[in-house]
Amino acid sequence: MSVRPAVFVGDAAAILARHQALLAKSWQRRAGEIGGPLALLGLTLFSIWWLGISFGQLGAGLAHLANLVALMVPPSTGGHLPLFLKAMGETLAIAFLGTLAAAILAVPLSLPAAKNTTPSLLLRFAIRRLLDTIRGIDTLIWALVFVGVVGLGPFAGILAIAVSDTGAFGKLFSEAIEATQARERETIAASGGGPWMGVRFGLLPQVLPVIASQVLYYFESNTRSATIIGIVGAGGIGLQLAEQIRTYDFDQVAFIVLLILVAVAAIDWISGKLRAAMIGRRPERA
Amino acid sequence: MAVGVPILPQRRLDQLLAGYERAVARRRRLSFAVLGVMAILVVAAGRYGEVDVANLFHHLSGLTSYFGRIMPKLSAAHLTGDIAEWYWNFTGWLKLLFDTVLIAYLATLAGAMGAGLLAFLAAANLAPSSGLRWCVKRLLEFCRTVPDLVFALIFVSAFGLGPLAGVLAIAIHSFGALGKLFTEVIENIDMKPVDGVRSAGGRFVDVMRFGALPQVLPNLASYALLRFEINVRASSIVGFVGAGGIGQDLFVAIRKFYYTDVSAILLMIIVTVSILDLVTERIRHRMAPVERLG
Repeated sequence: MSVRPAVFVGDAAAILARHQALLAKSWQRRAGEIGGPLALLGLTLFSIWWLGISFGQLGAGLAHLANLVALMVPPSTGGHLPLFLKAMGETLAIAFLGTLAAAILAVPLSLPAAKNTTPSLLLRFAIRRLLDTIRGIDTLIWALVFVGVVGLGPFAGILAIAVSDTGAFGKLFSEAIEATQARERETIAASGGGPWMGVRFGLLPQVLPVIASQVLYYFESNTRSATIIGIVGAGGIGLQLAEQIRTYDFDQVAFIVLLILVAVAAIDWISGKLRAAMIGRRPERA
Repeated sequence: MAVGVPILPQRRLDQLLAGYERAVARRRRLSFAVLGVMAILVVAAGRYGEVDVANLFHHLSGLTSYFGRIMPKLSAAHLTGDIAEWYWNFTGWLKLLFDTVLIAYLATLAGAMGAGLLAFLAAANLAPSSGLRWCVKRLLEFCRTVPDLVFALIFVSAFGLGPLAGVLAIAIHSFGALGKLFTEVIENIDMKPVDGVRSAGGRFVDVMRFGALPQVLPNLASYALLRFEINVRASSIVGFVGAGGIGQDLFVAIRKFYYTDVSAILLMIIVTVSILDLVTERIRHRMAPVERLG
C-alpha cells in the first residue's frame, strides 16, 4: 500500500460501488444485528406477560410512588433521632465485627485451600467446595437462619456476615497465598525453620497487605449489607427502616436513607485513607 | 587461600544492631497500637452489637442440629419416593425460579439501557455539559448506594406485592452500579473516531452512535451479563419483602421451620445460579473476539 489512489470527497457513490465487497456486511453480522435486539425484545415481552406486569399497574404505582416521595420531603427524625443513631451504630458494629470475625475464621481455612500450602489435595478440594457452598448462600438467608438460632437482634446479623464472608475471604485469601513467591519460604526452610516459621516469616509478610486491603474493601460493602439485614430482624438500621415503611412514616424513611448514605460515604472515605496508608507502607516492608 | 568473613569493628556492629533494634521496636509499637485500637473497637462494637458469646455457645448445638434437620431424610431403600417427598412442590418452585430469572433479566435490561444512555452524559471525555455531568454522577451514586432491598420495600408499598416491585428495585440498583462501570469504560475509549465524526459535522447523538458506541458496546454487554449473574442472586432475595420470585417461599420455609423445604429451595437456587453463571461466562468468552474486531 505504498501508493494510495486519490479519493475525491463527495464521490461517495463511486467509492461505495468500487469497494462493495469490503463495505458490505456479511450476512452473519447482519443477522446478529437484527436478530439480537429482536431476541431481547421478544424475551422482554414474554417476561412482562409471564410475570403479569401491566402498564396500568405501572402507571398507578408510579402515581402512588409520587405521593410517597412527596411525603418524604422534608425528611424528619420524628423525634427518634437517638434511636436512629443507636441503630446506625449497631449497623456499623455489625459490619465491623462480622468482617473481623470472617477474616479471622478465613485465615485457617485459606491455608489448606491454597495449592502451595495444602498438606493434601483431597483436603483442599473439600475445603474449596465448602467455601463455595457458604458463598453461594446470600447473607440475608444466613441472617434469617441465625435469627432462628440465636434470636432477634444484632448478634444474628454479626454471625450472618461472619459466616457468609468467611466463604468469600477463604477464597480470596487462598488466591493471595497462591500468588506469593515460594522463594521466601524456601529461604526459611533452608535456614532451618519449620513449616509454621515459613508461614509466619515467609508467607505472612507477603500476603498481609493484600489481605488487609481486601478486608477493608469488604468492610465497606458490609456496611451496605448490614443496613438491610435488619429487615429480617437481625438488628441495625434496617429494622427501623422496615418499621417506618410499614407505618407509612415516609419522612422518617427519607431521613434514615440519608443517614445510610452519609454513613456509607464516611466509611468509604475512612477505609480509602487507611488503604492508601497501607499501600504506602508496603515498600518499607519489602 | 583462606577467605574470612570480614568482621566489622565492634563499635560499628553495635551501632548497626542498635539501629536494627530501634526499627523493630518502632514497628512493634505500631503493631501494638493498631492491635490496641482494634481491641477497643471490638469491645465497643461488641457492646453495641449485643454480642453474647455465651448465648452463641448455648445455641451452637441448635445451629448444628438445624443443619442436620434441614437435610432431607433419604434412604437407599426407597430413594425415588424420598426425593419425591423432599421435592413435593418441585413444579411450583420451578415456576417461581423461572419468575426469579425473568425478574433478573428485565431488571438487568432496564438498568443497562438506562445506564447506557446516561453514561455518555457522565463520562468526562464526552459529557456535553459539566453541570449535567455532575447531576448524572450524583444520581448514579444515589442509585447504587441505597441497597436494592430498601428500594424493594418502598416499591412494594407503591406498586403492591408482586414481581413489578422487584424488577424496578433491582433495575434501579443495577442502573447505578452499571452506570459507574459504563462511565469508566467510556472514559477509556480512543478519541480519534469521536473527533472524526465531530469534525465531519456530526451532532452529539451521531458522535456517540458512530464514534463511541462501536468501541464500547462489547464491553458494556459483558458488564451487563456480569450484572445479570449478580441480579439473579438479588432477585432470589427480594421475595423476602414480597417483591416476587422464589424468595417468598424460602422466607416462609425458614420462618415457619419447614426444614427440608429450606434445603430443597436452597439447592435449587444454588444449582440455577451455577448453571446461569456457566452460561453467561461462555457468552462473555465468545464475545471476546468481537471485542478485538470492534
